[in-house]
Amino acid sequence: MRLLTHNMLSCNIKGVTNGFPLRLEVEKFVEKEVDFSAEFLRNIFPKIEWKALVDASRSMGYSQLPDEADSSMLDSDDFLKKFHHALLELHLEEGVLICPETGRRFPVNKGIPNMLLHEDEVFVFDGVNLVLNYHLNSTW
Amino acid sequence: MDPKIDVRTESSSMPSSIRTKEGDQWNSKPVSYKMYSKSAQIRLVSSHPEVYEPCDDSFALVDALLADRTNLLEHHPSLCMEVGCGSGYVITSLAIMLGQEVAGVHYIATDINPHAVQVTSETLKAHGVHAEVISTDIASGLERRLSGIVDVMVVNPPYVPTPEDEVGRDGITSAWAGGENGRRVIDRILPIADKLLSDRGWLYMVMLAANNPSQICLAMREKGYASRIIVQRSTEEESLHVVKFWRDSDIQVGAREPTTTSRTTSTTVMESLFSQFPRLAFWRNDNNSY
Repeated sequence: MRLLTHNMLSCNIKGVTNGFPLRLEVEKFVEKEVDFSAEFLRNIFPKIEWKALVDASRSMGYSQLPDEADSSMLDSDDFLKKFHHALLELHLEEGVLICPETGRRFPVNKGIPNMLLHEDEVFVFDGVNLVLNYHLNSTW
Repeated sequence: MDPKIDVRTESSSMPSSIRTKEGDQWNSKPVSYKMYSKSAQIRLVSSHPEVYEPCDDSFALVDALLADRTNLLEHHPSLCMEVGCGSGYVITSLAIMLGQEVAGVHYIATDINPHAVQVTSETLKAHGVHAEVISTDIASGLERRLSGIVDVMVVNPPYVPTPEDEVGRDGITSAWAGGENGRRVIDRILPIADKLLSDRGWLYMVMLAANNPSQICLAMREKGYASRIIVQRSTEEESLHVVKFWRDSDIQVGAREPTTTSRTTSTTVMESLFSQFPRLAFWRNDNNSY
């Protein structure tokens, strides 16, 4: 799992409002060389949550990213190289992604995050309970 | 005696012959085009008893993408996504035909079947291409952050009409079970696709005649999408369509025009219901014929 993907994942348990970013527990990571594309980096930069990327890359032992970044830095080759490395070349192979609100652990195995929820974590519309609750508590 | 084969990568110019060595003998054989495919090779696709193997519908989808390849390349997508990657045949083919990181393209693949994500991973690796693979239900966990940034989405959904209780079962059944009219999962996927697709996003989806493609296209039209059948294949039993959807500004202007309606109680009840259940609201008719 690249940190680009980590930057796109949030806790999917229904009702969670503060589920991003997921905290990283790193058991095994690798660095894989990836072809550089300045165009891609410039396109994706506005969509990246920078602090989440910085913290995630630090948990993989990479602390070269500046704490803050703005689009003017995209003119700098040096910045682009660091951005590229953190975003695409650090791979979490084994570990856990942890929801900051619920503590729910989403495992990452062989580089694949598992976001599948258990039945009780998925919202199920229960009309009967909804009406019952209204009668008991006068609220929806 | 293992023949040593001199194989070159797809991007270089095609040689007219390949030299193979058998024993002490070097032989020259003429090249067949198939050795330099622009899509995944079946012999390199991984498999598992609980994972859907590439079949007519997978090939139809890849053929549609190949047919549209020039448009796709000119379109310069950044992020491409497959929902329901199965064996990995389609996402791998897409990555081969559009290129990888150096071309500025990145790939994401999801599947609800945990065996499928593993098989997809293996298939990608066997072809020397990369996609981020995530085990999840459609795009759950990705929806918030990927909203509006996916440029190409490809889906070969579970479209077979089946009893409702077969939908969402574990294992290989999830690859085909589509419930009533085969629409249960398709109808869940479309609003999510609408959310994830960028302004220039394109969606390619496989569907059967039994899924009522014209109704799907009409509903998508009300969301501002134009559509076109790229590939259509019919057998005695079923008729496969691969449909491409894209946002069309002309249609979107039309969809924003206010409709004059008389408001009734039932209308306001339905409005409130639809506002609470966005999935239902997606299928809402603006002309109030509930």
